[in-house]
Amino acid sequence: MIWIDTLVQGILLGGLYALFAAGLSLVFGIMRLVNLAHGDLIVFAAYLILVGVQVLGLSPWVSALVAMPLMFGFGWLLQTVVLNRVLGKDILPPLLVTFGLSVTLQNGLLEGFSADSQRIPAGTLEGASLDLGLVTVGVMPLLTFVSAVAAILALNWVFYHTPLGRSFRATSDDPVAAGLMGIEPKRIFAIATGIAMVVVTLAALYLGMRANFDPSIGPARLIYAFEAVIIGGLGSLWGTLAGGIIVGVAQTLGAAVNPEWQILAGHIAFLAVMLLKPRGLFPRAVD
Amino acid sequence: MYRLTTRTRAGTATAVAILILVVVGVMLPAFASRSMIQDLFFILTMLTLAQLWNLLAGYGGLVSVGQQAFVGIGAYAMFAGVILLGWDPVWAIPLGGLAAFLLAVPTAFFAFRLQGAYFAIGTWVIAEVTRLLVAQWKALGGGTGTSLPREATRNIIGTDAIQALFGVRDAAARDILAYWLALVLVVLATAGIYWLLRSRLGLALAAVRDNVDAAQSVGVDAGKLKWAVFLIAAAATGLTGALIFMQTARISPDAAFAVTDWTAYVIFIVVIGGIGTIEGPILGVLVFYMLRSVLADYGSWYLMTLGVLAIVIMLFAPTGLWGLISTRSGLHLFPVRRRLTGAKIEGEN
Repeated sequence: MIWIDTLVQGILLGGLYALFAAGLSLVFGIMRLVNLAHGDLIVFAAYLILVGVQVLGLSPWVSALVAMPLMFGFGWLLQTVVLNRVLGKDILPPLLVTFGLSVTLQNGLLEGFSADSQRIPAGTLEGASLDLGLVTVGVMPLLTFVSAVAAILALNWVFYHTPLGRSFRATSDDPVAAGLMGIEPKRIFAIATGIAMVVVTLAALYLGMRANFDPSIGPARLIYAFEAVIIGGLGSLWGTLAGGIIVGVAQTLGAAVNPEWQILAGHIAFLAVMLLKPRGLFPRAVD
Repeated sequence: MYRLTTRTRAGTATAVAILILVVVGVMLPAFASRSMIQDLFFILTMLTLAQLWNLLAGYGGLVSVGQQAFVGIGAYAMFAGVILLGWDPVWAIPLGGLAAFLLAVPTAFFAFRLQGAYFAIGTWVIAEVTRLLVAQWKALGGGTGTSLPREATRNIIGTDAIQALFGVRDAAARDILAYWLALVLVVLATAGIYWLLRSRLGLALAAVRDNVDAAQSVGVDAGKLKWAVFLIAAAATGLTGALIFMQTARISPDAAFAVTDWTAYVIFIVVIGGIGTIEGPILGVLVFYMLRSVLADYGSWYLMTLGVLAIVIMLFAPTGLWGLISTRSGLHLFPVRRRLTGAKIEGEN
């Protein structure tokens, strides 16, 4: 019984990680850009939502809705002004630039908001739970998981059923050929990063409502997100969800054995998958 | 008579200047204050780490974000040698290099299966795993860490002689010893890398960096080269880590495996100075140190400035400060380029 419970909690935790990872997966899949600042961008968005709640007195949901277009703009600007300049065959420049951005964001937040732990107040939802007969699950984790699935459904719909998605796929396959067909890859990249930042805002909402956060926690979220993306395979959003679930279940199982092993178990699951399948479980795009 | 040479006048002048600098460096503890010795220790160890990362990323094309694994394991192996085996800390430093080497073998086996970005993240995850495992090592303080025992730090080999020589106290003598060792390490690392780049191996390395397929087609074993570079860099990084924590005499998993201190700073130093050159990290570490001194009182502004500076340099001068100087002046202080010289060629000019 306890094992079923652990498993379910792990799957729900995986939903959070998939949400962290979905934006990363999108950007990585389309332009092979490794954004080392992704975790810090999630934390940044969480502070943005917090400002909406504390200063403007909005509810967390409304605040996140307000933050989404702002983050889209930020992502668009970031890609246009900075990241588009360093994209190319060499992976070093984008890696170093986003690393610089990560450190800049972390310390900027530290300067602006101090190192104190913060939390986005979620009201009655915080402790609410739902009895599903076999197991009891928290409403918040369940909501996170449902949001992750919804986000991935929406992204997949954009990807496979809209003209924008066709441009995404074309640019992902071959930016030069896409350019010949009248697509401006840099413009497409900017929109993709903007959309990724909207997903980041959603991830930030749950990050902030479920647990305390402070400016330093970004890199750890980045690692979980990346593990989910890589386990899932390049360019597959459903694979990213599967990857998130694998990391989540491994962590909960590890924690059930010994609380100190939680994070370790997640990493070891990642290393094991990489040993068996270096390109991930469901690779779609060609590296 | 034609000759293939890497020797230039600037190169010879640099060698002489560095020889003088090293002699001055060795004698410095006779005049310098303790805080200056400590600052120099910091500069020299960061420079060593930067040269090693530069060897990996700038020459070997291996962009690792997990070098803190080797700093940390080296430091912990040194502590284990002192605390568990009762060795003298100085003799325990090679143990750090050995431990890093041993960790690097499975790391390379795993990480070399991954390409590009996957490699970077893979090395980072391995560093995290190592940190979490070491935090379980209760004999060395677990997650909270531990200090070198008093009796071990008091009787470090050579400190008595240094105390007598310079008339300083125990702790200052330990700093001087650590500084000398750091000087030895940085000279060995820089000279070693320089030698490597001028050797056959260096030529092969440059060939692989510029075009893997072309290099392989003329018989360069790219896989073997990557292994060699990764293992050498890891072992030397482990030695540096052991030395750094011999000087601080206190260790914890978070400090020893800090991605900011041992990888972020190091990457910034290399990028700001100029990646893929030996001059770059030297220039970079000086800029890094100056920024640190100027912005020391402004807390997180310091790191923010470093981050922004790295972004700006990557955007507008991807070859770094030394790249700017070098392309304008044509100066190469550590020439590695092979040139054909001879009476006729020189005469034609």
